[in-house]
Amino acid sequence: MKLNKILKNTLLVIVACFALSACATSKKSTGQMQGDVYTGTDTVEYLASGVPDRVFFATNESVLTTASRETLRKQAAWLRKNSDVTIVLEGHADERGTREYNLALGERRANAAKDYLMTYGISSDRISVLSYGKERPVDSGSNPLAWSKNRRSVTVKAN
Amino acid sequence: MLRILIFILVLPFKAFALIEVDITRGNLNPLPIAVSPLSIDEKSKKNFEKILKKKDIGSEISIVVENNLKTSGLFNPLNKDAFLQAPDIANLKPRFEDWNLIKAQALITGKVNYVDEKLRVEFRLWDVLAGKEMMALAFTTVPNNWRRVGHIITDKVYERLTGEKGYFDTRIIYVAEEGPKTKRIKKLAIMDQDGSNNKFLTLGNELVLTPRFNPTSQMVTYLSYFRNLPRVYLLDIETGMQEVVGDFPGMTFAPRFSPDGKKIIMSFARDGNSDIYTMDLENRIVEKITNHPSIDTSPSYSPDGKFICFNSDRSGYQQIYIMKSDGSNVKRISFGKGLYGTPVWSPRGDLIAFTKLHKGKFYIGVMRTDGSGERLLTENFYQEAPSWSPNGRVLIFYRETKTDDKGEGFSAKLWSIDLTGYNERLVDTPTDASDPSWSSLLSN
Repeated sequence: MKLNKILKNTLLVIVACFALSACATSKKSTGQMQGDVYTGTDTVEYLASGVPDRVFFATNESVLTTASRETLRKQAAWLRKNSDVTIVLEGHADERGTREYNLALGERRANAAKDYLMTYGISSDRISVLSYGKERPVDSGSNPLAWSKNRRSVTVKAN
Repeated sequence: MLRILIFILVLPFKAFALIEVDITRGNLNPLPIAVSPLSIDEKSKKNFEKILKKKDIGSEISIVVENNLKTSGLFNPLNKDAFLQAPDIANLKPRFEDWNLIKAQALITGKVNYVDEKLRVEFRLWDVLAGKEMMALAFTTVPNNWRRVGHIITDKVYERLTGEKGYFDTRIIYVAEEGPKTKRIKKLAIMDQDGSNNKFLTLGNELVLTPRFNPTSQMVTYLSYFRNLPRVYLLDIETGMQEVVGDFPGMTFAPRFSPDGKKIIMSFARDGNSDIYTMDLENRIVEKITNHPSIDTSPSYSPDGKFICFNSDRSGYQQIYIMKSDGSNVKRISFGKGLYGTPVWSPRGDLIAFTKLHKGKFYIGVMRTDGSGERLLTENFYQEAPSWSPNGRVLIFYRETKTDDKGEGFSAKLWSIDLTGYNERLVDTPTDASDPSWSSLLSN
């Protein structure tokens, strides 16, 4: 009898825990992350009206998401209109990796953005790539949301 | 580097040594050792006080020795207040009963003299239980080298009692860090292994990362973002001369020297792909070692120069691989759960140290060169980049703290741990610090 009661109570506690933790995670990612890719705007700056300067990546990934491709198409259209502008693509990683691997990963991310811009007619002569690895986070937090903002490639005007 | 002359006063009788320190296991009973202050005559004392601004240089040197022994975790230097015998008399002939009484098993005594504007130090190591002298040595050097004398004495004592070379007369090059996490200012810095003589080598105008010592000289290779072009550089820390390594049309990074000091091995990133290259420092010939569309980085040679371990994500995730030094016979060796990075070959040749990320935790560990026998030494929120002491018994690495809800409270510090997994210690630095690299022994 007693054992049953204890078990029941434990179960309740466990269920409550699950409910709480589910709340906590969903609260964090609401409108800010899809999977672990950042979808918010609070760190985003604009090259021109309606042309966001950065795209975000999943952990350890350099694949462009649908949203990233849309952003890069807007950048390409703007760059075609402003044909004297040259750019630096700055690739970044979050702090949850070794420094050297992250330098390579940042380079790979910036190149993913570069390749996409090139397929929309931007000459590689106008694009240079610079990886910062994990050296220049925008958000100094140590949590999944901060890390998602830091996994990025930022298009910066070079002239 | 100033030479230090070493004379052996008496040949040690190795075969009769009674005390021995086992460094292959975690040492829970450090050897009780008495480090008697080195005795010094009044005239020498005054001379050194004038030159070095130290009241009693004999006592200062013995403190260096004492700290080294304590930090090693293998020795327990006894409190000097309990010493019954005066330093000068102890150095002539210890009263072993007195030292036995305070439970000392070994005793270090010595003498300091001012001779022809030089510092002359002699010291003796005694086996208290057997009542015998184990070793006697003398050094002569310029007075400014007094701390190094303390380190060399420690190396000699360590070698005599453990049977292996020490690691005390060495330096650490690292990256000194300051400022907020989002705008970190980084400088190259160098210090003695015990944290003294800290010196900054760059001003902090550009980002610098991953300095590494040449095992055969006082050269350093590192990554600098000079003019926003991340490139591998070579720096002579004696002259301050530096030069860019090779002429690559893109980022070069993750540099290290070959064991003979004649080549630099590094990654070169281009078009989203990082491969491993070497450059011969004499004839400037560049060779491509890996050729794979994945990220290949963090290369490190085996001590005989015949093999290279490196980090690659060719399997989909970061793992450790080894290959022959010409790039052939690539073989994955890490198969445990999680991601593996920063492999570094032990100077003893038998182990590879690494960083591992598993379930949100970072570990420093070691495995044999075929990947077997993985052993995790320490777990933390974030730590990476182990570097071996020259005798392959200690690892130094850096650790970063988790920030709070406001993104504050970040720090990066150097830590060391014995290969046994014991004796984890914070290595004190004046600023925050990362990317440590241990030099070879400065003297032999």
